Amino acid sequence: MSTHVEKDQVSGHETTGHEWDGIKELNTPLPSWWVYVFWATIVWSVGYWVVYPSWPTATSYLTGMFETTNRTQLHETMANVAAERAPYMERLAALDLDEIVNDSELLNFSMAGGKAVFAENCAPCHGTGGSGNPGFPSLQDDDWLWGGSLETINETLHVGVRWDANDDTRFNDMPAFGRDEILEREGINDVVQYVLSFTGRETDKAAATRGMEVFADNCASCHGEDAKGVQELGAPNLTDAIWLYGGDAATITETVTNSRGGVMPAWGGRLDEETIKMLTVYVHSLGGGQ
Amino acid sequence: MSQGSMAQTASTPAAVNYNMDVVRWAALATVFWGVVGFLAGDLIAWQLAFPALNFDNEFLNFGRLRPLHTSAVVFAFGGNALLSTSFYVVQRTCRTPLYGGKALPAFVFWGYQLFIVMAAIGYVTGVTQGREYAEPEWFVDIWLTVVWVAYLAMFVGTLLKRHEPHIYVANWFYLAFIVTIAMLHLGNNLAIPVSFMGTKSYSMFSGVQDALTQWWYGHNAVGFFLTAGFLGMMYYFIPKRAERPVYSYRLSIIHFWALIFLYIWAGPHHLHYTALPDWAQTLGMTFSIMLWMPSWGGMINGLMTLSGAWDKLRTDPVLRFMVAAVGFYGMSTFEGPVMSIKAVNGLSHYTDWTIGHVHSGALGWVAFVSFGAIYHLIPVLWHRERLYSMRLVAYHFWLGTIGIVLYITSMWVSGIMQGLMWRAYDDLGFLQYSFIETVEAMHPYYIIRATGGLLFLLGSLIMVWNVYKTIKGDLRREAPIGTPATVAAE
Repeated sequence: MSTHVEKDQVSGHETTGHEWDGIKELNTPLPSWWVYVFWATIVWSVGYWVVYPSWPTATSYLTGMFETTNRTQLHETMANVAAERAPYMERLAALDLDEIVNDSELLNFSMAGGKAVFAENCAPCHGTGGSGNPGFPSLQDDDWLWGGSLETINETLHVGVRWDANDDTRFNDMPAFGRDEILEREGINDVVQYVLSFTGRETDKAAATRGMEVFADNCASCHGEDAKGVQELGAPNLTDAIWLYGGDAATITETVTNSRGGVMPAWGGRLDEETIKMLTVYVHSLGGGQ
Repeated sequence: MSQGSMAQTASTPAAVNYNMDVVRWAALATVFWGVVGFLAGDLIAWQLAFPALNFDNEFLNFGRLRPLHTSAVVFAFGGNALLSTSFYVVQRTCRTPLYGGKALPAFVFWGYQLFIVMAAIGYVTGVTQGREYAEPEWFVDIWLTVVWVAYLAMFVGTLLKRHEPHIYVANWFYLAFIVTIAMLHLGNNLAIPVSFMGTKSYSMFSGVQDALTQWWYGHNAVGFFLTAGFLGMMYYFIPKRAERPVYSYRLSIIHFWALIFLYIWAGPHHLHYTALPDWAQTLGMTFSIMLWMPSWGGMINGLMTLSGAWDKLRTDPVLRFMVAAVGFYGMSTFEGPVMSIKAVNGLSHYTDWTIGHVHSGALGWVAFVSFGAIYHLIPVLWHRERLYSMRLVAYHFWLGTIGIVLYITSMWVSGIMQGLMWRAYDDLGFLQYSFIETVEAMHPYYIIRATGGLLFLLGSLIMVWNVYKTIKGDLRREAPIGTPATVAAE
């Protein structure tokens, strides 16, 4: 096609004279604002290259005027945080738990720090705020499996529960009375009815009465004659209507038949001592504190 | 190439025996895959709001459907839109049929559909490289390479036997898309299969080199597939539909070369504050900033082409789709450079803001300009007087637009909220929120987003009906757009 330049009536600009499938092009000059802004971004970029690390060289790279990098910025920020916390951390390390909770400033700091550490590390199992989930105890009810004093909570945090990698871990092992054929089906039914009777929910009085003997022979050694539990052994109180896995007949039958055996990691060595102290103070406060 | 014989038969435009079969097939495939991709996208949006919708089923879980969604919309819907329009535009603007007779274009089309199906089966069954937007395993990659080389040969062959003295700007963009995607695909998928009979392979790269290669690929897939390719589409269909000359030939040259040169460097902005060396982060960020005006060159050329024809927006919803697309394009190509700035990225990275940004480009730009092109092409390809219904196009436009607005505004709010919650400290310097609290806070925005997606999906179903009726040859009795509806009743 021959070149045929025409003048566009609307814009007053000329076409390039080419045409493709009926489409023509105007020869409008570049919008000046577009050119200026384009140049501005280029100038700004060159300025940025002068200040910050930029082009690679044969063996290194241009480091920029201030030699700041992500790494130096991170180290500075973390050093600032550590410096701000240092006075608290030193005292947390030096004082024991009772002294910490009696110092309002340290208590305040530990509660804030413990809350953040709890949210990051504990909430996935124990729930936000420690409200608990089936198999993961609530920490708000002041009903403690392994003890609710500052010292026992601190110990549990350090060693974990049934945590193989820690030699001193909290450990107990309830027998699987059904699976291991220690009790017959009737015996399990009887003892479950007896356990339900602690909270007045038995449905078969005769079975519950028979279950009293089964309980005395098989369960009382850990859970206690009165079934109120033994914290030194980690044996739960069965009379308080607080259940780790659920308190209906079917769930208790499952627990007696196959046992349970939940696990909590040992946090000693994973979190530093000061952090575990903060966490102890926070967890202790959730249930009111013993 | 049989240039000589073609030249003699093509003395008038009507005499050119264009190959429109593949254009029709790819146009239909665009509509089909579009619906599949939007459906998958909206399902996973609801899954994020209500995880129970994963149905505890491995084939339907979010992890497998998410790449199915992204590939279905980018490569199946977007890819077929690019195949269809590039097949069409290169023939019409070169005044010659596609190079390679009937066989080569047909191979490109059907070979590409086979690639899509192989990739989709892989995602659902868990066969994946785990590389975002490049999930297909080595054997699918090799097949795509064969198809893509055929596509390149077909396109370049057509350009070479053209009967116009110059190559139209749309074809520059299509060619840049085809060539660069070939390079990206080959570079990022360098991998060693574990065995010839097995599906598994391992990347040639490791560590931060692997991450940089992946985002060199990932960002330029956006740049050359979703930007350059669709700019090619825009450069043909907007002036065609508006019946106005392209605003500035000079701008098209400058912004084309600036875009091509700058885009390829911008990938490292996906790796800010990672193990990637600082100097590479700096270059990725500054090249993204410099990319702003070259990107906007396309927007200016698209919008300003309307000068003298703005009134057509009132009466032609097809043109409205394309012009709104250019508007969304301008918005997301401004947002992109802003988000590449490290200080902004420190807040936006890993949040829903990124998802919102991507969708303002994907739904607003890519999908809308494709809808416009499809609505323009369908009556032309099937020799119909007009579309079945222009009013249905207008409904589709408004459903889609409201859907996009719900989507991107909810993701702005939830993304910025998420970023602020992650970095919120109390006055003693401890983190204020746990991760799960940030997830809970996003729930209402996830519902808004999924609702927006549903509107967008409904709009596309209206398009399916309209396309079906148009091809069937029906014309809906309705008043032309721009006249009150009551006129139609009289």
